[in-house]
Amino acid sequence: MDYFIELFLGGLTRGSIYALIALGYTMVYGIIQLINFAHGEIYMLGAFTALIVAGILTMLGWNQVAILVIASIVAVVYSAAYGFTIEKIAYKPLRQAPRLSALISAIGMSMFLQYYVLLAQTSNFLPFPNLIPDFKFLEPIEHIVRSSEIVIYATTAIVMVLLTGLIKFTKIGKAMRATAQDRDMAMLVGVDVNKVISMTFIVGSATAALGGVLIASHTGQINYYIGFIAGIKAFVAAVLGGIGSMPGAVLGSLVLGMSESFFTGYISSDYEDVFAFLFLVFTLIFRPSGILGRTDTDKV
Amino acid sequence: MLEVKNIQTYYGNIQAIKGISLEISEGEIITLIGANGAGKTTTLMSISGIVPPKFGDILFMGEPLQELSPNQIVALGISQVPEGRRIFPYLTVMENLDMGAFLRNDTDEIQKDLEYIFDLFPILAERRHQSGGTLSGGEQQMLAVARALMARPRLLLLDEPSLGLAPLIVKQIFKIIRKINQENKTTIFLVEQNANLALQVAHRGYVMENGRITLSDTSQNLLANEDVKKAYLGI
Repeated sequence: MDYFIELFLGGLTRGSIYALIALGYTMVYGIIQLINFAHGEIYMLGAFTALIVAGILTMLGWNQVAILVIASIVAVVYSAAYGFTIEKIAYKPLRQAPRLSALISAIGMSMFLQYYVLLAQTSNFLPFPNLIPDFKFLEPIEHIVRSSEIVIYATTAIVMVLLTGLIKFTKIGKAMRATAQDRDMAMLVGVDVNKVISMTFIVGSATAALGGVLIASHTGQINYYIGFIAGIKAFVAAVLGGIGSMPGAVLGSLVLGMSESFFTGYISSDYEDVFAFLFLVFTLIFRPSGILGRTDTDKV
Repeated sequence: MLEVKNIQTYYGNIQAIKGISLEISEGEIITLIGANGAGKTTTLMSISGIVPPKFGDILFMGEPLQELSPNQIVALGISQVPEGRRIFPYLTVMENLDMGAFLRNDTDEIQKDLEYIFDLFPILAERRHQSGGTLSGGEQQMLAVARALMARPRLLLLDEPSLGLAPLIVKQIFKIIRKINQENKTTIFLVEQNANLALQVAHRGYVMENGRITLSDTSQNLLANEDVKKAYLGI
C-alpha cells in the first residue's frame, strides 16, 4: 500500500509540474493558435536563473528560505521577460503568415535557447541546491513524500486558483477570453490585442519558470536539455486535456503524471517516455479534441 | 462627422474597394446598400481599422483614422455591430456587455447604460447569465447591438442587422435603431442588403457596386429611382 501511495504522490508531483508548463502552452494556443515550442526552454531558463541567483546568495550567506523566495522571484521575472521578448521577435512578425511559419519559428527559437544555454553554461548536469527546507512534521513519512513535493503541490494549487481568478474575474482575463474566441471582434470592442497576447506570454512563462525552479530543487540537478523533455511532455498533457482549455491542461497533466508514475512503478521505467508518447498517439486517434476540449471547429 | 475620401482597400493583392468617398453628418442615419461582394463590409472594416485602407483618408471629427489601431478608433467613439453578430460564444450575456464597455472606466455611467439597454432589450436581462452562444439568432443580434451601445458610441456602424432573422424580429431591431438615433442622437451608418428596409429608416443612402459608389441621394429619391427599384427593390 505504501508503494501505491508513493507512486500516487510521485505522479501528483510530475503532474503538478506538467500542469505549470502546460498552462502556458494551452493559454498561448487559445489566443493565437500557436504551439509555442520554445515554452519548455522558458522552464529551463527559469531553473538556470534560479541556480545562478541561489549560488550568489549562498555565497553571501543568506538563509535557505530567503534564497528560495528571491531565486524564484528573479527566475519568474527573468523568464517572463524572455517569454515577452520571444513573442515580439519570433511570433509577432509572423502573425499574418501561415501557421506553419510560426511553428517553424517556434522550433528555431527552442533550439536557439537550448544551444545558447549549452554554450553559455555547460552540457553537463549541474547540481542544484536544495532550496526547500525539510519540514519537521514530515519526518515519519519521509520515505513516501518529501517536503519539496508538498511545496510543489501547494504552489501548483495556488497558481491554479490565482490564474482562474485572473481569467474569470479581471478585465484583462475577460479580454483574454474574448480574444481567444474572436480576435477581430475583440479589437472591435477596443481590446488592444497585442497587449493581451504579450500578457498571455508573460503569465504562461512565469508559471513555467516557477515549475522549473521547483522541479530543479526537487531533483537536485539541471542541464540545458531539461526543458525539451518536460516541454514535450507538458505539450502531450495539454493535448490530452484539450488544447486551449485551462482546466483541461491541469487535468491532462495530472492524468499523464499519474499514469507515467504507475507505469514506471509497476511495469517498466525504461519505457517511460515511450508510454507518454503512446498516450499522445492514442489521444489523437480516439479523442483528438482531448478530455475537456471543445469539439467545435473553427468558426466560418 | 465622418468623411471617407477616395479610399482603396486591399485583401492581399485583391482590391475590394476601388476608391469610394462618402460623408456622414452628426445625427444622421446613412445607409450603404448593394449586392453581395460589393465591398460594403470591407468599407466598415476599413473605418474600424481592421482592414485599413491602402490609399485615401478617413476623417472622424477632423481626425485621420487610417493610422490608428482599432482600439484607438473605438476610443474615439466609433463602434461596430459586425456582420454575423460575432457574439463571444463562451462569455455570458453580461460579460459580452462588459466587453462592450471595455474602454470605459465610469462605473456609474456604465451601470446607467446597462439599465437603459435592459430596458431596450428586456430579453437580455432575462438571459444575462446564459452564455452568448446559446442565444437565438434574434437575441444574438440584440446582444450585438447592445454590446456596441455599451461603448456609448457617437457613430454606430451596423453591418446587415437583418441577416438571417425572422421578419418580426427584423422589424423590432429596426425600430430600436431608429429609437437609438432619435433618443441618444447617435449617428448611424447602416449597411444592408435589404435595401427597401434600409431606405425606410435612413435619411440618405449610397449605392455600392463592385467596390465603387454608383449613386448617392436622399432615401426618398433612391426609393423612387428606376435603377434602384429594378436592381435592389425587386419592383
